[in-house]
Amino acid sequence: MRLFSSADYKFLQMRQTAYIVSAVLIAIGLISIALHSGLNYGVDFTGGTLFQVRFNEAVAAADVRSALGGAGFTNLQVQDFGREGEFLIRLAEFIEAGDRELALRVDGTLSERFGQDSYTVVRTEAVGPKVGGELRQRAVGAVLISFLLTLLYLGFRFEWRFGLAAIIATVHDVLITFGVISLFNVEISLPTVAAILTIIGYSLNDTIIIFDRIRENLKKLRRLPYIDILNRSINETLPRTVMTSGTTLAVLLALAVFGGAVIREFTIVLIVGVIIGTYSSIFVASPALLEVERRSGGMRSKTDRRRIAASTR
Amino acid sequence: MFSGIRGRLTVIVGVCLVCLWALLGPLLKGEERSLKLGLDLQGGTHLVLQVSDPDGAMSAEARADAANRAREIIGNRVDQFGVREPTIQRVGVDRIIVELAGIQDVGRAKLIIEQTAFLEFKILTDGQDFLERLSMLDSVIVATLGPEELPAEAQAAAEPSLEELFQRPDTVEAEPSRPAEGRPRPLTRILLESGEPGVLLVEGPQVETVERYLGLPQVEARIPDQIALTWGTETRSVAGKIYHSLYVVEAQPLITGEYLTDAQATRDPQFGTPIVPFQLTRQGGRIFERGTSRHVGDRMAIILDGRVQGSPPVIRDVLGDRAQIELGTGATLVEAQDIALVLRAGALPAPMEIIEERTVGPSLGQDSIDQGEVAGMIGVVLVILIMIGYYRFAGILSVLGLLIYVLIVLGGLAGLQATLTLPGIAGLILSVGMAVDANVLIFERIREELAGGKTPRTGMDSGFQNALSAIIDSNLTTLITALILYQFGTGPVKGFAVTLSIGIVASFFSAVFVVRTFMLVWLETRSPSAELSI
Repeated sequence: MRLFSSADYKFLQMRQTAYIVSAVLIAIGLISIALHSGLNYGVDFTGGTLFQVRFNEAVAAADVRSALGGAGFTNLQVQDFGREGEFLIRLAEFIEAGDRELALRVDGTLSERFGQDSYTVVRTEAVGPKVGGELRQRAVGAVLISFLLTLLYLGFRFEWRFGLAAIIATVHDVLITFGVISLFNVEISLPTVAAILTIIGYSLNDTIIIFDRIRENLKKLRRLPYIDILNRSINETLPRTVMTSGTTLAVLLALAVFGGAVIREFTIVLIVGVIIGTYSSIFVASPALLEVERRSGGMRSKTDRRRIAASTR
Repeated sequence: MFSGIRGRLTVIVGVCLVCLWALLGPLLKGEERSLKLGLDLQGGTHLVLQVSDPDGAMSAEARADAANRAREIIGNRVDQFGVREPTIQRVGVDRIIVELAGIQDVGRAKLIIEQTAFLEFKILTDGQDFLERLSMLDSVIVATLGPEELPAEAQAAAEPSLEELFQRPDTVEAEPSRPAEGRPRPLTRILLESGEPGVLLVEGPQVETVERYLGLPQVEARIPDQIALTWGTETRSVAGKIYHSLYVVEAQPLITGEYLTDAQATRDPQFGTPIVPFQLTRQGGRIFERGTSRHVGDRMAIILDGRVQGSPPVIRDVLGDRAQIELGTGATLVEAQDIALVLRAGALPAPMEIIEERTVGPSLGQDSIDQGEVAGMIGVVLVILIMIGYYRFAGILSVLGLLIYVLIVLGGLAGLQATLTLPGIAGLILSVGMAVDANVLIFERIREELAGGKTPRTGMDSGFQNALSAIIDSNLTTLITALILYQFGTGPVKGFAVTLSIGIVASFFSAVFVVRTFMLVWLETRSPSAELSI
């Protein structure tokens, strides 16, 4: 069995459509972010306290909310989590050093309303406001530095035009991923940042495989117009793209379905990212390479210029 | 030696043996498991502490030094608390990460870790030095804060308060500087005589006000240097109201806890209250002897972290290198044990505050392991089915390569003593995807070469050769991301980065070296004319 073995799709000719699709996806994401008035940062980045509470019997989130609200907790979020009767309770307050009052107050309120043995607090996360700010800075720093180093590496292994095109595709992926995160109201936590960085890695990986083939074909097929080389390279690597994306998605789906609530958001972000990353390496990275080559034809030989000029037709 | 098939197989077997040894070695040594599980998987508490320096008085070096010494002392305390394999490490300039696996009583653990445990012995004064100045302090407070800042009732004249309840010595009554009726006496009004010299009482809700008044710099400046005011741990309840004691002690301690060598918790044989007898060094004993000999008959306040413990005992005889802390009636033996523990482990050089806390209950941890295992198994089975279904015999070889890949990753994790966290499992499963990708790249390339008319042998060689640059580029860029994650990430993200990095290295070895070796063996054993099953 061999899929797409003689594929000959005119991917680059579809780039106008792809630009519109990408623009629409990015716009939807940005509108969603604007409507949610920013992203939903978790306690990792805002500071605050999170309790995961597991009730023995089904309890409505509204009851938990009203019990805690009645006890004077303002700025309170109660969210269903995983199975029935399990909730995430988020408070803007941070358990101050040595002051276990907040945890005790939450515990006291819940046991008063629902009974002492009807629930267990299975997870607590408390992050001080200062730490939250720092973690946010570090996350942004990590993304920017990984961009920079990748650009340097690609500049060293290929040439800067390839690096620039790859970064354009990656920025595209990150923008859309943030949009999806906002659409599903996924909380931005440390694992979410790890997922975003993984997507960057995956998308780059996909792009590099195609670029590697483009570089090879540029040397091998000197007479072919640039646009044909791009199309040919994408088509030649298409079986690999489909196989790898397919297996990765199969594993991620298994994780999302059977992996439990704690990592579900993490895997959903990854699944979206893999799909977007595969799309972008075909429909964004290669067109971007074409546009970059066309706009910076300065330092090339006559034949190269001719090949690029022929691509505009 | 790597070129021949025999040499290649030797390398593979060697790597497998090293990984097996890393995995099984700890088990043979009697440890429960060779992979260290993260707190999110086995349950436990993750704390980040920072040197507390609210005024910014300490230099960066001083904070770093304090954090370093605190790390050791917290390590001692945690050891005595009986936690298995705690992680205590310094991060940044002045922070310490404490990870305690399987802790049930988080509140108690936090108290033990956070306590500064600075022990001092100070002589209780008769309080006159302070009482004499009370009316002057009243005027200073009024002058500093302005009359409108004072609580309404403080502006009224003093009413008779506890005088009926406590026997009140004449000293205050006879005080010459007693202010005229009607003048606001904000401090005097809420400080009540206890009947014991040097001990004042403050009603519960007023404690904050007293602290605020005494904390004013203008007030601090007028309290004589040789005395200090210290709150006690004990409260008294009289007529339904709770009163806190405020002790007027000598500022200079007789001795501090630095000379302490041992402390144990027990019960007072006479009263049954918890006590903490302790032992001082010989030098400490001499200092203490000299100090107490001058104060026989006086009372001595035992101050732990700025709070007087229990009721200050009377020094009946000269004390040497042995003494005890009495905790008072409300205390439990567990509290006494915790105090003995922190005293033995030593005082922190500076107070620490908790700035981050994550706790996972053991049941949630077990759930995560179970779910992670199920999801992992299903994911692996899916990969195996896809690979064998699509690449047939070559797919079987790649699955064998993947098994060796899994062995290398697990051995690597065990050998590096890395901690397996939940995101770590996700990273592991993701790097399985990357390992598969390398195989896919190679197989697709071989198919292309074969389709281009090459013989199986040369097709395979050039397939591996041509796929190599793409594999190296993609693995290296992912490795860059993983290393940055490791550098910037904390806790769970770090775990993800570690498994991803090990996974990338292992997948490269597995796809480029192991699978190729298997294919070489395969080529040797089959008839040269037969078609490749790929």
